[in-house]
Amino acid sequence: MNPLLSVRDLRVRFSVDDGTVHAVNGLSFDLETGRTLAIVGESGSGKSVANLAVLGLHDRRRTEVTGSIRFDGTELTGASERELTRVRGDRIAMIFQDPLTALSPYHNVGAQIAESYRRHRGASRRAAAKRAVEALDRVGIPQAAARARSHPHEFSGGMRQRAMIAMALVCEPDLLIADEPTTALDVTVQAQILDLLASIRDEYGTAIILVTHDLGVVAEAAQDILVMYAGRCVENGPVRDVLDEPRHPYTRGLLASTPRLTGDVHAELTAVEGVPPSLLGPPSGCPFEPRCHYTGLVEGDLCRTVLPPLLTEGGRGSACHIPHPRFTTEKDR
Amino acid sequence: MFAFLARRISSGVLILVTIIVVTFGLFYALPRDPARLFCGKICTPEMLAAARRNLGLDEALLTQLWQYLSGLVAGRDIGDVHCAAPCLGYSYITQRPVLDVLFERFPVTLSLAAGSSVIFLVVGGGAGLLAARFRGTWVDKGATSFSLAGSAMQVYFVGVIALYLLVDQSQLMSRPGWTSPLDDLAAWFGGLLLPWIILSIIFTATYTRFTRSTMVETLGEDFVRTARAKGMPGRTVFFKYAARGTAAPVITLFGIDAAVLLSGAVITETVFNLPGIGKLAVDSVTNADLPMLMGVTLVAATAMIVANIVVDACYALIDPRVRTS
Repeated sequence: MNPLLSVRDLRVRFSVDDGTVHAVNGLSFDLETGRTLAIVGESGSGKSVANLAVLGLHDRRRTEVTGSIRFDGTELTGASERELTRVRGDRIAMIFQDPLTALSPYHNVGAQIAESYRRHRGASRRAAAKRAVEALDRVGIPQAAARARSHPHEFSGGMRQRAMIAMALVCEPDLLIADEPTTALDVTVQAQILDLLASIRDEYGTAIILVTHDLGVVAEAAQDILVMYAGRCVENGPVRDVLDEPRHPYTRGLLASTPRLTGDVHAELTAVEGVPPSLLGPPSGCPFEPRCHYTGLVEGDLCRTVLPPLLTEGGRGSACHIPHPRFTTEKDR
Repeated sequence: MFAFLARRISSGVLILVTIIVVTFGLFYALPRDPARLFCGKICTPEMLAAARRNLGLDEALLTQLWQYLSGLVAGRDIGDVHCAAPCLGYSYITQRPVLDVLFERFPVTLSLAAGSSVIFLVVGGGAGLLAARFRGTWVDKGATSFSLAGSAMQVYFVGVIALYLLVDQSQLMSRPGWTSPLDDLAAWFGGLLLPWIILSIIFTATYTRFTRSTMVETLGEDFVRTARAKGMPGRTVFFKYAARGTAAPVITLFGIDAAVLLSGAVITETVFNLPGIGKLAVDSVTNADLPMLMGVTLVAATAMIVANIVVDACYALIDPRVRTS
């Protein structure tokens, strides 16, 4: 079966005053219907930029996107704005980090949802309004008919994100891109939103890309994981396998910096020292090399000079010069 | 909405009364003697004393203030003249009630302000939107350059040149002047066209720049990106979402400008010899016509208060967040 979304060698570059930012540098991944892929990375790792590029929401004047984004057999890179407006909101929907700023303060919630349905389904005003109320009801907003007439500022943070999800769902999209959907929310509300996303995936068979920097969210909500660093995929695979036995030093670092409920509560968390490289002029070698504790395992200055390719084996990929069997048997540090 | 208006109007009245009291104190603390001005060129000490008594200037300052305030409500007699309510005082120079003169002058200023506002809102706002829509292209650069050049076009300079070239030399435009629109609509329009255009140049420049920058900022907002992510076509995103976010700041700016314009465009009225409030203010200052100057001050204060209330009401219509708070 062909995957629903197939991204190949995606590169996104945009010009700023100081030069050219290489935000995404050859990203490839596949996503199948009904699955959730978590894309994980630090701020500036290119995870949001890559997803905005899927929908063509980047600033076209400043940004150059190359590579291939095939969605259900259609090529999206280089597609006209006209073609993209037909896909956006209908077959691919997106929800954003901060629902307060992402929803229009000037229009009521019901109208914002109905608008999308009218646009894509050509429904009448009345039918679209009814549909908006159903969508709000589906995402668990009480008294949906009355709340549809409220404005976003009259909602709580969790309710706003629910409304945002209702807006994304109203046309029953095949793919939902959720860009840090729980970052701006309380922990208790986070879990509710993740549950909601999972139930939607199971009910409609929607594929979900979950962009996050929270590994706890990943473990809870996703089946597959893709770890990004400096605009590249450094490790991918099934969530369980990757989190249990990470192969890339960066993934190990991320895990070591995340608190766990199992094991020693007093164990110290370790930060990944240093900062990500400037994307203005990416280094020729492994971008993680300056922060890596394992470069001693590699002969010569391979890490500094040669970019490690992403090698895939048995459904798992890792972009590191250290061959993984040897890497995983080595003691930490 | 009704409670909102009632609250704002009552606080507006309170502000006006405060302004009256302060201006009153300020003017009567000045060394010019109103009775001396009223008395005229040939003035004996007896005539001066009679004038002072007639005008009530021999009373204590507080009594005079009380007379002024009660005159607003009930009318009063000043000397042998009756000044009907609402009485804003009596001008010693023009020998007429202040209110009559204001009523005569205000239509001129109102016409000037309204006409030029239409021009700079449409041209400036439109150019700003176009520049934002085609940011970085020649449209944007053209609008920005024109706006920069326009900011330097001071009325006392451009106005005089335009008068000379377009009216005196070539007769391309009719001579500026005031005709009541009730008497002759075409003459009213012809007489104001050049002042409208000249006065609106600087404002057009400001509004182009302001609309452009606000629009560019709004286009970068998250909710505009959401509208795009929903598959809304560019026109909908631009007008329904971004332009709406731009309207509120532009209206706020316009509220202040409208109030200033309604208080009289002093230079424009002087250059084109239009008998408006601005010209009246200049003449009153020159002649030390204190009651008239006080009337002009009140017109300016009222314009500012009314403009503020209208702006706030518009704000509530545009932005539902204002309605609830």
